[in-house]
Amino acid sequence: MGAPVAINGPIGERAITCSHSQWSTGAAEQSERVRAESMGSMVASVEEIGAAAAPQAVERRLGELRATFESGRTRPLSWRQSQLRGLLRLLADKEEEAFRALHDDLGKHRAEAYRDEVGVLTKSANAALREIGKWAAPEKASSTHYLVTLQRILFVRLAHQLLLEPNSAVSWMGAQVWVPLVAFPASAQVVPEPLGVVLIFSCWNFPLGLSLEPLIGAIAAGNAVALKPSELAPATARFLEENIGEYLDATAVKVIQGGPAVGEQLMEHRWDKVLFTGCPRVARVVMAAAVKHLTPVALELGGKCPCIFDAVAGRRNLQTSVNRVIFAKWSSCAGQACIAIDYVLVEERFAPTLIKLLKSTLKRFIADSDQMARIVNGRHFQRLSNLLKDPAVAASILHGGGLDAKNLSIEPTILLNPPLDSAIMTEEIFGPLLPIITVKKIEDSIAFVRARPKPLAVYAFTDSAPLKRRIVEETSSGSVTFNDAVVQFGVDTLPFGGVGQSGFGQYHGKYSFEMFSHKKAVLRRGFLVEAMLRYPPWDEQKIAMMRHLFRYDYVRFIFTFLGLRR
Amino acid sequence: MVESRAAAVQELRARFAAGQTRPAEWRAAQLRGGLRMATEMEAEICDALHADLGKPKTEAHVHELSLIKSSCLFALKNLKKWMKPQKVPAKLMNFPSTARITPEPLGLVLVISAWNYPLLLSLDPVIGAIAAGNAVALKPSEGAPAMSSLLAELLPRFVDGTCIKVIEGGVKETTALLNQKWDKIFYTGNSRVGRVVMTAAAKHLTPAVLELGGKCPVVVDSNVDLHIAAKRIAAGKWGCNNGQACIAPDFIITTQAFAPKLLESLKKVLEKFYGKDPLLSADLSRVVNASHFGRLKGLMDEEMVSDKIVFGGQRDEQQLKIAPTIFLDVPLDSAIMKEEIFGPLLPILTVDKIHESFGLINSMAKPLAAYLFTRDSELQNQFEGAISAGGMLFNDTSIHLTNPYLPFGGVGESGTGAYHGKFSFDAFSHRKAVMNRGFAGEARARYPPYSAPKLKILKGVLEGKLGDMIQAILGFPRGK
Repeated sequence: MGAPVAINGPIGERAITCSHSQWSTGAAEQSERVRAESMGSMVASVEEIGAAAAPQAVERRLGELRATFESGRTRPLSWRQSQLRGLLRLLADKEEEAFRALHDDLGKHRAEAYRDEVGVLTKSANAALREIGKWAAPEKASSTHYLVTLQRILFVRLAHQLLLEPNSAVSWMGAQVWVPLVAFPASAQVVPEPLGVVLIFSCWNFPLGLSLEPLIGAIAAGNAVALKPSELAPATARFLEENIGEYLDATAVKVIQGGPAVGEQLMEHRWDKVLFTGCPRVARVVMAAAVKHLTPVALELGGKCPCIFDAVAGRRNLQTSVNRVIFAKWSSCAGQACIAIDYVLVEERFAPTLIKLLKSTLKRFIADSDQMARIVNGRHFQRLSNLLKDPAVAASILHGGGLDAKNLSIEPTILLNPPLDSAIMTEEIFGPLLPIITVKKIEDSIAFVRARPKPLAVYAFTDSAPLKRRIVEETSSGSVTFNDAVVQFGVDTLPFGGVGQSGFGQYHGKYSFEMFSHKKAVLRRGFLVEAMLRYPPWDEQKIAMMRHLFRYDYVRFIFTFLGLRR
Repeated sequence: MVESRAAAVQELRARFAAGQTRPAEWRAAQLRGGLRMATEMEAEICDALHADLGKPKTEAHVHELSLIKSSCLFALKNLKKWMKPQKVPAKLMNFPSTARITPEPLGLVLVISAWNYPLLLSLDPVIGAIAAGNAVALKPSEGAPAMSSLLAELLPRFVDGTCIKVIEGGVKETTALLNQKWDKIFYTGNSRVGRVVMTAAAKHLTPAVLELGGKCPVVVDSNVDLHIAAKRIAAGKWGCNNGQACIAPDFIITTQAFAPKLLESLKKVLEKFYGKDPLLSADLSRVVNASHFGRLKGLMDEEMVSDKIVFGGQRDEQQLKIAPTIFLDVPLDSAIMKEEIFGPLLPILTVDKIHESFGLINSMAKPLAAYLFTRDSELQNQFEGAISAGGMLFNDTSIHLTNPYLPFGGVGESGTGAYHGKFSFDAFSHRKAVMNRGFAGEARARYPPYSAPKLKILKGVLEGKLGDMIQAILGFPRGK
């Protein structure tokens, strides 16, 4: 049950670091389901992990969500705005409770809780409220295009006889689609419409942020939403269930607590979109379950995010870089973040300088365990300490390595060149351990990153523009950030999401709205112009006219059209 | 065979890794190759389409060749623009910084196409995949064998065969292909195989685009120009591969009072289009194969349906031909109203008031396209708001797919993901977020050890208060 699955799993698989890790049809899970069912209609006790609402109650609530969406209640802009306002009120009114829940679940300092969760959410909800009118407006898809093209074709073509030569300048050809001539006149729009009833599986490491950030997009897009928080952050899950019903429209937004069995039960249903945040192994289960109803899914996974640390010029800038590395490793939920720095790549000759600075800065920043979040639970604590147990890995520890099982706390730990085939370098670390890998030349790090599954983020600290260019062009990842880390998460104008092993589907800002919307193509035509050319029976004249059109020979087309020649 | 297939995939991966498909010049050269192929090989392509589907030459030109050509041209024209990183405002919160979104190719993509438009549905996605800089494996449908082997023969002659490969085969070969790891799978076909594709994709966490079909409804109001409406419906239904098209009208809903007029008009139009004996018309495609013929026959012969035929009904099993056939008021629980028809059968349902059509459509799975004929713009708006469909077209059928500025794709049971024009490029690209920060403006408040003044500044920054932002940038609070 608690065995480190990752050892058998593919490289980069975050095997245990997931919220629904028992989510396979095993005996344990069977018994859990039996237990959940035996609870009947009793109110679920959420004190214990895996406790679930009774299946019938879940069914009833999902039915209510569907009915609410069908009634059209979630569609008006005013409803969406009122929900966003409700969310903002919730964040303001219940800030202290949120801080407490995050402290109970993860030992997060209130400053960290605000910076990474409550604050970011407030910013996102405000932005959504400000922008929603723009997002929800239909987009005019170039309808004048036809006119412009028509003119262009007529004027340019009369002068040119275009033959399709491979190297002819294509630029002036315009979008020469003859079909629009047939479809003329028409007006085209792309109209965003809500998908329907959507399901959000959130994760335990940012239990508030990863629940509410997508929720903002889902309600802004006018959907009814079921939110399944992670059972591994029970205090926050309870906080969400207690408050969301009070501040948001309880018929359209529901929090459904529970463990893997509830997750599985939820996936039996038809959803119009499922967003899953967690690990690849459970993601596979979710995606396979989504097949039944052909539900589109978005998967926010993780991966080993590398940090390429070039020799940054200037003491001040160097110190700033080191600050930011520490911020992105230990100060983001103690490294339990999907975009946290996983390991650092640095030139051999520069490694001692970096290590010295890291150590001295750590001493200033994180003097005691209060300043850093703790490990989420005993199982993850065990997993992380197992990573360090490998003798070759243990020998590479340069700094830290202290384990406090009672308080689930692990000291910020730096390792130098642990073996590349050890678990710490093949699975996502998701904790406060930082391997430093040395390379001969910093450019070698590009090959190092390319040889591994695509991460959610690549970071690089460097002054070198050519290196930056090479990193962007030659490596692939969800995002690239230069000279900082993790902060890209808060930038709404950038899409957030993975590629390859780190997932697919992007959200944040307008992208959240798009994630939960369908772009409906709408074309309007009149009855005014009717080209007989379109219709059978086909005769030689029609074919001749079409032939002229295909060859962009509009002179002959018109002659043929007028019956002056064949 | 198995080895050669694995070797082909391996070669694709190696070529992509070597960066061969990335330069804009390579992409443009392939697109020009495609354009040349569609131009120079017109006759061969028309022959293959005729062999597979009895597709009239005109339809081959209008629906396949011309659309491929215009797709190539459109992509060529816009390639540079699409490839260009898009600058986005970086937030003051992270001052000083710049942010951009850089499209990058996904890698190795698999395109599985369908038999009804065997050229268009093969090459249109491939054009997007090439424009986005991917290596592509194309699996044409074995249901259109002539086109499948023609593509396998032609593509290597006109495009870079080391990075764009055609892999032919049936269920077994497709299954083997699906077991490989891809960076995107693009499938066009039915929802049953769509599920198989998605299940295979789940194994490697591969994103998949599913272009499926569904029962596309046509609602006809009584205030329309009857003759034009009838012609447009007929062109969309029988003029598109004899109804074997994913966006072909599947059934009509109209008012009881208007149905006879519409029926008369459709009959007139059909007679004009295809003559007295449509089975003899060269302007109608045939049914693709015997199994589909059998399926359609089953739909026609179902007991509760067979006496509802008001027009047509002729068929010729030998030649796999079925005449345009119209049904009036078939029961909703008949097979013809439950599954996608995908053939020349057109049921007309009647309602008392045109608004009742909304509920009827919403009680079914979301279609790929929904059509409404009306002059009433209020009704158009209501339809737009109430009906969910991949695309929506007023006063015409099918032609919305020719507009490269509109995304083409389904929703719900009609599929996920969209393509055409820039949307094709997007479907095969990853939007990479790139952020570049400077070292100035180091906000101490971000870092531990945490304190009350730090929290206050953080709050100000995240709430967008300028004073706090400036303080943060200047490195307040001073001291530890």
